[in-house]
Amino acid sequence: MANRVIYAVYEDPELLKGAARKLVTAGVKVRDVFSPFPVHGIDPIIGLKRTRLGIVSFMFGSLGLSLALLGTYYMMIYDWPMDIGGKPNENFYQNIAAFVPVLFEFTVLCAAHGMAITYLIRNKTLPGMPGRNPDPRSTNDKFIIELRTEDNHGHDADAITGMLRETPVFEINERQC
Amino acid sequence: MHQEAAIRPPLILGHRTYGDITADVIAPIENKASTTWYVLLTIASLIATYGVGCILYLISHGIGSWGLNKTIDWAWDITNFVWWVGIGHAGTLISAVLLLFRQRWRMAVNRSAEAMTIFAVMMAAVFPMIHMGRIWLAYFVFPLPNQFGSLWVNFNSPLLWDVFAISTYFSVSIVYWYIGLIPDFATIRDQVVKKWQKKFYGILSFGWSGNAKAWQRFEEVSLVLAGLATPLVFSVHSVVSMDFATSLVPGWHSTIFPPYFVAGAIFSGFAMVQTLLLVMRKAMKLEAYVTRKHVEYMNIVIMVTGGIVAVAYGTEFFMSWYSGVEYEAYTYMSVGAATGQYAWAFWALIICNILIPSMLWFKPIRTSFFWAWAISIVINVGMWFERFDIIVLCLHHDYLPSSWTMFYPTWVDVGTFLGTIGIFFTLYLLFARFFPVLAFNELKTILKGSGESYKGDVLPKSQH
Repeated sequence: MANRVIYAVYEDPELLKGAARKLVTAGVKVRDVFSPFPVHGIDPIIGLKRTRLGIVSFMFGSLGLSLALLGTYYMMIYDWPMDIGGKPNENFYQNIAAFVPVLFEFTVLCAAHGMAITYLIRNKTLPGMPGRNPDPRSTNDKFIIELRTEDNHGHDADAITGMLRETPVFEINERQC
Repeated sequence: MHQEAAIRPPLILGHRTYGDITADVIAPIENKASTTWYVLLTIASLIATYGVGCILYLISHGIGSWGLNKTIDWAWDITNFVWWVGIGHAGTLISAVLLLFRQRWRMAVNRSAEAMTIFAVMMAAVFPMIHMGRIWLAYFVFPLPNQFGSLWVNFNSPLLWDVFAISTYFSVSIVYWYIGLIPDFATIRDQVVKKWQKKFYGILSFGWSGNAKAWQRFEEVSLVLAGLATPLVFSVHSVVSMDFATSLVPGWHSTIFPPYFVAGAIFSGFAMVQTLLLVMRKAMKLEAYVTRKHVEYMNIVIMVTGGIVAVAYGTEFFMSWYSGVEYEAYTYMSVGAATGQYAWAFWALIICNILIPSMLWFKPIRTSFFWAWAISIVINVGMWFERFDIIVLCLHHDYLPSSWTMFYPTWVDVGTFLGTIGIFFTLYLLFARFFPVLAFNELKTILKGSGESYKGDVLPKSQH
């Protein structure tokens, strides 16, 4: 049997959540959900794990801090120590207080940009990429559940559609792929 | 979904659906621009062109074409720099700090405030660059390996901290703004019918699809960036204040400068947000989204930060008098300033920043669109005078009476300043024409919690 994709369109995030919960309880796997804004509470229902982008940001921040420490140490203490205002740059630990603003800014710079770039790559959102939402209304006022028969070998397409019709669905679209 | 107390006034007025919100915000992008927009753009870009001319004249003739002298070696240049940076503090404050505090009213304000921030920081960056004199050597502010021995930048200097603070703030603000814009661009891409618009917004939207994982990542990124941007906002103006506070000039050498400057920055930034937003609200028919309540909330922020600034002025005045140091007798907050040749600048500051904004304590005034707008302009002027007073008044009577002098701006000073205002408004007008001026997909999330038709017993207007 050909693989079929079913799109169930809802008019409200709460209706969509109720329907998704019903489908998942019945053992149907939901492939994805498309919405114009984040639907809070959908992640545990369709089995999405929490994103690790926060950890990425921390790692980039740590990298930034390390680079800034290394850079200020090399430039101010090791390579060309200067005596500024009677305060010689001999030891890093005595001079580090003056470098704190730069250390902080560079940490934030790396954490923010590192995370933002990772975010864009992980989402596959880069300049010039085509939109991949199934329906142009899903970025406006419609909320769409995507189901695939290949994910749900226990249920055929008609059984899934039947189940969807019992939910307050706005419309159901199907396509072959 | 989060529910808000029914007693709170609604943030989205009228009976509106998700689709209505999209239509309201996209309408100005899809429709033809009004004649007023073209007139304003023409005026702004003419002033901008004149400003660019003045900057080119300055670069080719040198800093001597400004009115600086050997006593007052910083004047309008750094005044304008600090003024623009201060204005550039509101956007990220609104979107980052108010996100952390879960203030839902920020959603109608944050997009345009962030745009304003970015343009203001761009204008701010112009002044340190051109005041170097030899702008072609501006790259020397970065720690680059070079052929002059090992000539490194001085990491002990607040001027270098400024380079790092402002470049970080600028680039992080752009990223934060753009990440929020991507889903809205995707909506526009899916709604517009004109071919070039579809292509244009298709490229800008980076192929956003709005699936569940993307939204989950979006929320995480927004939260973490808000957490990073919050200390960043406070650090930037603290560092700017240290350009003065770590020096030995009487009046500048003051430990309260960092918190006082940050409060002043938020004060002036919110004033500029009001100046622009209240006009945009009318021009783009956004009355349902930017309501009287939004204006009142912003005015309360202005009152709090204005109060902090007023206390700082009082402290500075008292300390310079109480120290009994004769060199403090002519600092910007002193009897000498209030009665001397620069008394007009001193009193302009007091009237614009303390007396007139105090009217906001009266509820009818702070909830009036007209008065909020009028007072915001007064604050913009007052905050320019604050920086002018700090810089010029503290310098004009230095240690040696024979070198006491006044500052007179030349046409290049005036032209450069007006020019940056022209460039700023040109960019802002282009933004208002081609970009979604409200974070409308974010606004949809509060429609049910804070929309008029969903709150308490209020019926949709159409059913009355």
